[in-house]
Amino acid sequence: MIDRTFDTAHPEPVTVPGPQGDSPGHGETTEPVLTLKGAQQIFRTPRGDVPAVAGVDLEVRAGQVLCLVGESGCGKTTTARMAAALADPTAGSVLFRGKDVASMDRKERAAFRRSVQYIHQDPYASLNPVRTVYSTVSAGLRRHGMVKNHAEARRVTAELLERVDLTPAEDHLDKYPHQMSGGQRQRVAVARALAMNPEVIIADESTSMLDVSIRVSLLNTLGRLRDELGVGFLFITHDLAVAKYFAWRGEIAVMYLGKVVEQGTTPRVVNDPRHPYTEALVSAVSEPDPDLAHRKDRIRLREADIPDLTDLPPGCDFHPRCPLYAEGDCDSVRPPLVRSHDRLLACHVVTRG
Amino acid sequence: MNDLPTDPGTDDGALLSVRGVDVGYRTGRRTHVTAVHDVSFDLHPGQSMALVGESGCGKTTLGLGLLRLLPRTGVIPSGEILFRRKDGTRVDVRTLQKENLRRFRWSEAAMVFQGAMNAFNPVLRIEDHFVDTFRAHENGRRRPRREILEQSAELLEMVRLDPARVLNAFPHELSGGMRQRSLIALALALRPQLLILDEPTTALDLLTQRSIVERLAELREQLRFSMVFITHDLGLAAELADRVGTMYAGRLIETGTTRDIFHRSRHPYTSALIDSVPPVAGDLHVPESLPGGPPSLHALPPGCSFAPRCAHALTDCDLTRPTLDVLVPRGEGLSHAAACLRSTDAEIHAEGVPR
Ligand SMILES: Nc1ncnc2c1ncn2[C@@H]1O[C@H](COP(=O)(O)OP(=O)(O)O)[C@@H](O)[C@H]1O
Ligand SMILES: Nc1ncnc2c1ncn2[C@@H]1O[C@H](COP(=O)(O)OP(=O)(O)O)[C@@H](O)[C@H]1O
Ligand code: SF4
Ligand SMILES: [Mg+2]
Ligand SMILES: [Mg+2]
Repeated sequence: MIDRTFDTAHPEPVTVPGPQGDSPGHGETTEPVLTLKGAQQIFRTPRGDVPAVAGVDLEVRAGQVLCLVGESGCGKTTTARMAAALADPTAGSVLFRGKDVASMDRKERAAFRRSVQYIHQDPYASLNPVRTVYSTVSAGLRRHGMVKNHAEARRVTAELLERVDLTPAEDHLDKYPHQMSGGQRQRVAVARALAMNPEVIIADESTSMLDVSIRVSLLNTLGRLRDELGVGFLFITHDLAVAKYFAWRGEIAVMYLGKVVEQGTTPRVVNDPRHPYTEALVSAVSEPDPDLAHRKDRIRLREADIPDLTDLPPGCDFHPRCPLYAEGDCDSVRPPLVRSHDRLLACHVVTRG
Repeated sequence: MNDLPTDPGTDDGALLSVRGVDVGYRTGRRTHVTAVHDVSFDLHPGQSMALVGESGCGKTTLGLGLLRLLPRTGVIPSGEILFRRKDGTRVDVRTLQKENLRRFRWSEAAMVFQGAMNAFNPVLRIEDHFVDTFRAHENGRRRPRREILEQSAELLEMVRLDPARVLNAFPHELSGGMRQRSLIALALALRPQLLILDEPTTALDLLTQRSIVERLAELREQLRFSMVFITHDLGLAAELADRVGTMYAGRLIETGTTRDIFHRSRHPYTSALIDSVPPVAGDLHVPESLPGGPPSLHALPPGCSFAPRCAHALTDCDLTRPTLDVLVPRGEGLSHAAACLRSTDAEIHAEGVPR
């Protein structure tokens, strides 16, 4: 087992041991901070019921990353919103330090809201355009009486800006969102979240709208919060390169049509995917290397288009597109998520024998 | 022949010869910005060229400029955009007038704009877009609608769409990937020699991106058009391009074959971009960060515009603007050229060290 407790005096080297251990959650030594238990979200719409998330079990631990990947519409944002208690699950529960969020009193819920911070994907939509950076970042501090006076609020805000590499902080405190770039705005959103000393940050496609260059430095900033402050992350991205880098020492859960189909340690899922859907995703990546790009084996799906959530196929949701599809169970029985190949998998063919 | 702006001659075999093109925008009654500076390159028939760079570096502006599709405020104050038409005659797109320009577009060169939704008229069915396009380019004889629809169906089949489902649909009834493929089919309707695509897969899912990439590769085999595509996705460039041009602060700062660019780049900006997106395959490569952003068009540094962010900048870099110098001369516009004062400096391009 990999020891997942982080020692700040000895930052872990970049080279990471290959896949080992036998469970996807190899950090079971520490209690999860945030737990989703059978969390489900069914939207009732005029078109019919939309099972956006059909029961997922996920755990986020201190200083660890759990990354959700999958195509748009597979339920990542809906899962994140439940995890942040921005939406109540229609079945199942969300637990914070073992306590069901639904049964919390007002005080506990307020503490939860501070401890679990949600960062929106769009750096343009998430900041109030008429507020300065200082006003945005310090709002929570002032509201919760975490600072005594204006001078302290400015000092603490400046420290937060430094933490997210908006330096020198003095240059940024009095700026408005429109005076900043996308990457800088996203950092302001992170600083605002950090002001609450969160235990968990839920980041929904936080780097997707940024240029590659800015993306890396923001990921490095988030990585320091993870390693130095022990912040746990529920990190959502559709970009496998980003998932691989940010969650290399953590886990990836691959979602398809509202369900987790494969979950395991990142090196395993990315370098040795076993679910045919994960395999298709990994094989679809355009690698930034012309030789690699032309050598790469591409998996052909039987169908290009993703089924509609209101009209799901019987059996395995993936079977109409799946290259491994075999008559029998695939089109009649929903495959359960079971332990197999040192990870969790939901596929009849791959988990057989 | 080479890519140098100092080379006044045009390349006879080239489909497109761009020479010293500036593109700007009027921003007020007396003010304007220059978003593209002094760009020159030759594109030969059948080539596929990627334009890469961070946002704001002028890729879209250049793409729109090449086909004179700029917004009203856009201007091309200088340069030549020489294009060899199907009949063998050469025109300067920059000087084409109304009717000739209209006929040039679509039948000689077509553009697939960024954001497939906005490019369609939301109240028209897909079939009407095809009919309008074909009708707009008829000379005299009015073709029957049925004949046009048959041809449209063939085009849609080429991008692996089901014409029965797509022709009748409104744009919003199609998925993002289907819309993008429909747009590509529409752009190819009049068999242009050149297709310019602006971020053709951005905002699409991985598996959808893959289907677009594969369709484009197939179509190019089949129809042999040339392609310029704009992307900030270096993976896409590596896969779909046989040559790459890097843009920074409105200038073309490096050009070369895809291998030149990805395996032995001679410009620190190109290298930094590539290092920031490691491959998904294999062990963890830690990406390099490239702090800061491109300079404002209103305050370009006097020397190399990348100097403020460059890890290899010397004092001279702040003073002297490097020119796009040929490092490895090759025909057909495929020379490797870089605009960096240290492009031949052994200290940063050691033998055997990739990039
Ligand atoms: N408020 C809502 N009402 C109805 N359907 C919704 C709502 N929010 C999301 N959905 C649907 O739920 C599915 C999952 O959406 P989402 O969680 O946003 O996926 P992702 O973030 O993976 O793209 C999609 O089909 C989406 O259209
Ligand atoms: N209509 C316009 N008016 C004024 N400036 C513009 C206009 N369109 C783009 N620009 C500016 O031109 C520069 C290049 O933009 P663009 O060509 O869109 O870059 P890219 O496609 O590489 O992101 C940017 O600084 C942008 O702000
Ligand atoms: S010219 Fe100088 S500053 Fe510019 S890229 Fe080359 S080394 Fe860097
Ligand atoms: Mg989402
Ligand atoms: Mg652009």
